[in-house]
Amino acid sequence: MSKFRDSAHLIRVAAVFLLGVVAFVALRAAVVPKSFGLYGPYRASALTELTAHPIVYAGHETCEACHSDVQEIKAKGVHARVNCESCHGPQAKHAEDPGTVKPVLPEISTLCVRCHSQNAAKPSGFPQVDAKEHSQGLPCDTCHQPHSPGFDAGGKK
Amino acid sequence: MTLTRRQVLLLLPAAAVAWESVLAGNPEVAPNYTTTEHWWGMLLDITKCIGCGSCVRACAMENDVPDGYFRTWIERYHVTDWHIENPHVDSPDGGKGGFPSDAETGGRNFFVPKLCNHCTDSPCTQVCPVGATFQTPDGVTLIDYNYCLGCRYCIQACPYGCRFFHPTKHTADKCTLCYHRITKGLTTACCEACPTGARQLADLKNPKDPIHAFLKTHTVQVLKPHLATGAKMFYNGLDGSVR
Repeated sequence: MSKFRDSAHLIRVAAVFLLGVVAFVALRAAVVPKSFGLYGPYRASALTELTAHPIVYAGHETCEACHSDVQEIKAKGVHARVNCESCHGPQAKHAEDPGTVKPVLPEISTLCVRCHSQNAAKPSGFPQVDAKEHSQGLPCDTCHQPHSPGFDAGGKK
Repeated sequence: MTLTRRQVLLLLPAAAVAWESVLAGNPEVAPNYTTTEHWWGMLLDITKCIGCGSCVRACAMENDVPDGYFRTWIERYHVTDWHIENPHVDSPDGGKGGFPSDAETGGRNFFVPKLCNHCTDSPCTQVCPVGATFQTPDGVTLIDYNYCLGCRYCIQACPYGCRFFHPTKHTADKCTLCYHRITKGLTTACCEACPTGARQLADLKNPKDPIHAFLKTHTVQVLKPHLATGAKMFYNGLDGSVR
């Protein structure tokens, strides 16, 4: 008889323990996101959420697909490696819907000096001017064509 | 239990299938993009940076960075012969609108663009109590905005000061290396907007990436190498005074 009572105690303990394990597993499955631990100790679906962020800068390859004429002018000049959106700003919306979203032309008076105004911290080989002294108040594109700013390229186009 | 040669030979194909599934890796985060095939970093050429602020503006527009906060910024250094250890550094509005022409003379002046170093052994990911910041298999340190509690521990831990507390999201925030762009074959917004090529995104796992030739032929340094963070922002022409 005494043996029977002892095993009954054990079964109760085992049942409580098992219940605890089942509760833990169930709770863990409910609380921990499914993708947790897929790559490491974090939620892998966070990566997918971050990649869903909208693209604002289309990239120069996208621009060149339509504006190959500008690319040809640019390729011959010193601005060959300056990407389109560096001056024209983000154009992903224009690339998606060129018919309705028209880009605003950059303001020449602030655009050129942003890079080419004189500054002692700029690399010495970089072309820099004191704008007031250099152009006497004339807009830069009177003499320089922004896509290919050498003198032989001529002014406004 | 002892295995016979026959049993081992029978087990080999099964092991091969299992290994194949390990190599195949995890599901894609973006179409045609396998995280394990990339290891992202960036090359920053101080000899080319003109401090125009195009990268700062592009970053703010691409990633909706609030005014007064920066995921990338430019610093202007003024180093004199007598104060190599104590350079004068300024960064008006993070260099967003460029720099005034009032650089001090009588010393060396140069610009240093800065952003998250996407460290291989980053202090910020180690201190996060909830696993909200982590390094991806392609070497980008990211934040899970749904998990972040906003405890600011990581902001304290970053030795480069690259993190900030987002005023409206109420989470930590920082450069994502334009993860939404690089996973789709585009370069980052800052690299796209840089007019001089002072910033170049680099995939260190791609043998055709021009960074490999550059690293072989130039004297390149990372910021604070003594901290052994495994920073992946490689600076060409970096002055010893830069912190």
